[in-house]
Amino acid sequence: MLTDINLVLPEIFLLVMISIILIIDLFLKDESRGATYVLSIVTLITTAFLVINNSPETTQLAFHKSFVVDPMSVILKSVSLLVVAAVFIYSRDYLVDRNFYKGEFFTLSLFGVLGMMLMISSANFLTLYLGLELMSLTMYAMVAMQRDSDIAAEAAMKYFVLGAIASGMLLYGMSIIFGVANSLNLAEINQAISVSENRLALSFGLVFIILGIAFKLGAVPFHMWMPDVYDGSPTAITTYIATAPKIAAFVMLYRVMVEGMSGMMVDWQSILIILSVASMFIGNIIAIAQSNIKRLFAYSTISHVGFILMGVITGTDNGYSASMFYTISYVLMSLAGFGIILLMSRAGFEANNIEDYSGMNQKSPWFAFIMLITLFSMAGVPPMLGFWAKVSVLQEAVNAGLVWFAVAGVAASIIGAYYYLRVVKVLYFDKPKDDTPIQASMDMRLLLSANGISMLALGIFPTSLLALCVDAI
Amino acid sequence: MISLSHFLVLGAVLFSISIAGIIINRKNVILLLMCVELMLLAVNMNFVAFSYFLGNAVGQVFVFFILTVAAAEAAIGLAILVVLFRNKRTINVEDLDALKG
Repeated sequence: MLTDINLVLPEIFLLVMISIILIIDLFLKDESRGATYVLSIVTLITTAFLVINNSPETTQLAFHKSFVVDPMSVILKSVSLLVVAAVFIYSRDYLVDRNFYKGEFFTLSLFGVLGMMLMISSANFLTLYLGLELMSLTMYAMVAMQRDSDIAAEAAMKYFVLGAIASGMLLYGMSIIFGVANSLNLAEINQAISVSENRLALSFGLVFIILGIAFKLGAVPFHMWMPDVYDGSPTAITTYIATAPKIAAFVMLYRVMVEGMSGMMVDWQSILIILSVASMFIGNIIAIAQSNIKRLFAYSTISHVGFILMGVITGTDNGYSASMFYTISYVLMSLAGFGIILLMSRAGFEANNIEDYSGMNQKSPWFAFIMLITLFSMAGVPPMLGFWAKVSVLQEAVNAGLVWFAVAGVAASIIGAYYYLRVVKVLYFDKPKDDTPIQASMDMRLLLSANGISMLALGIFPTSLLALCVDAI
Repeated sequence: MISLSHFLVLGAVLFSISIAGIIINRKNVILLLMCVELMLLAVNMNFVAFSYFLGNAVGQVFVFFILTVAAAEAAIGLAILVVLFRNKRTINVEDLDALKG
């Protein structure tokens, strides 16, 4: 029992700290809101430290095998925690300018992170579902937090209804699988599936579960919410939604498909291949037509999800590590991309259109360069991180004998390169529309620079991160 | 005698009604919230039936958690609905068309 508590120590610490922040924030005046901000970031970093410090050598199960701590969960939890801390630092100026710098933003985000940590460590349908709902419910509320914006309210409503349908589908699938396997534990389900004769009921449940997961990941044809939510919510919240939850969604896919249902690999592979190819092509093709940069990033996310699925579809350990590597790279790229949008926005001005970035090079050559690195990385231009992410996934697809699939991935990314390069052209070769200088605090400038340089540095020396992902699976 | 399949058919029927309600309804967002709740109840029906016929109480425990989450979900859904109504002065599903492309 004591070792059980030891394993969930980071989660317990986070929960206690959230409760403390919630109470302290009640007594703070608006001018001293900085205390909540600092406390939240300290909490996230301390939790990340606890996660790394507390990591066992081997895979450990806790609480009647419903909670698992393995090398993968340690890496992904610490990445999510640090990414959310970065989101806070990027968002501060934006929130202050919009009279939005309230305790709710921090506590809701922290609760969302707790949900993600629970999802990343789930070894049971129950923990998976509770983590998922804790994460999703906070995100619905966060999208609607800007109360005077009607597009935010509309985005929140769409997100809520579609998200609730997806959760319902996921649960329906889980109930069928429970009926066949007589267990909610993923490892026991896997054993039951390998001996079960009842393939029809299992496939029936599997389809519903895939539907729920595909929605949370944002894979075509369950992607409709993504552009609307990205566009409608305030940029600070879009940054949050576009980064850390994708890690949790990847883990959900991995835990359910690989750890829970590897006995049905042939079935889910054939479904996921369709989703993956459709995501890569439809995401990249529709992105070409976008003039709003948040929508453009939403469609680009959809295409990245196609690649993340590709690694899982290969059904090999190397493929899963490639997917994990891709997910981490995607989160870094997305963080930098939205960081630039937050940097360019100022009081009373949202830098949402691509033309708002025209001539950014003349305003700030350094941040135009960071944006260039980000876009090149998303497009998969060597030597950026995104290139290695794509190469590793495509390589595993070829190794698994899915050559046509890899070719389709390459074709889709060539289509994608067009719209990334179009933004680069706007950054460097168009005339600036206004000459308002970029205003940002020093900590944001430093962190955004580090974020951009990390994509270049990890792109030149990808082996350490790649080795970490290979060891994790 | 009522068998497992009777319960499963009932669950499936409730589930289909809720999906049909979400797709057919174009007038009122509150109806969408009700359909979402019905969907979770259909799932609960499945879990309880399986739990009883398999003799495994885990399914019933799951139902308690689903009920709790459903309550939280309804609270958040209604809160979003209030924000939506304040801004748009309507809760007609067809008027939610500002975001597209």
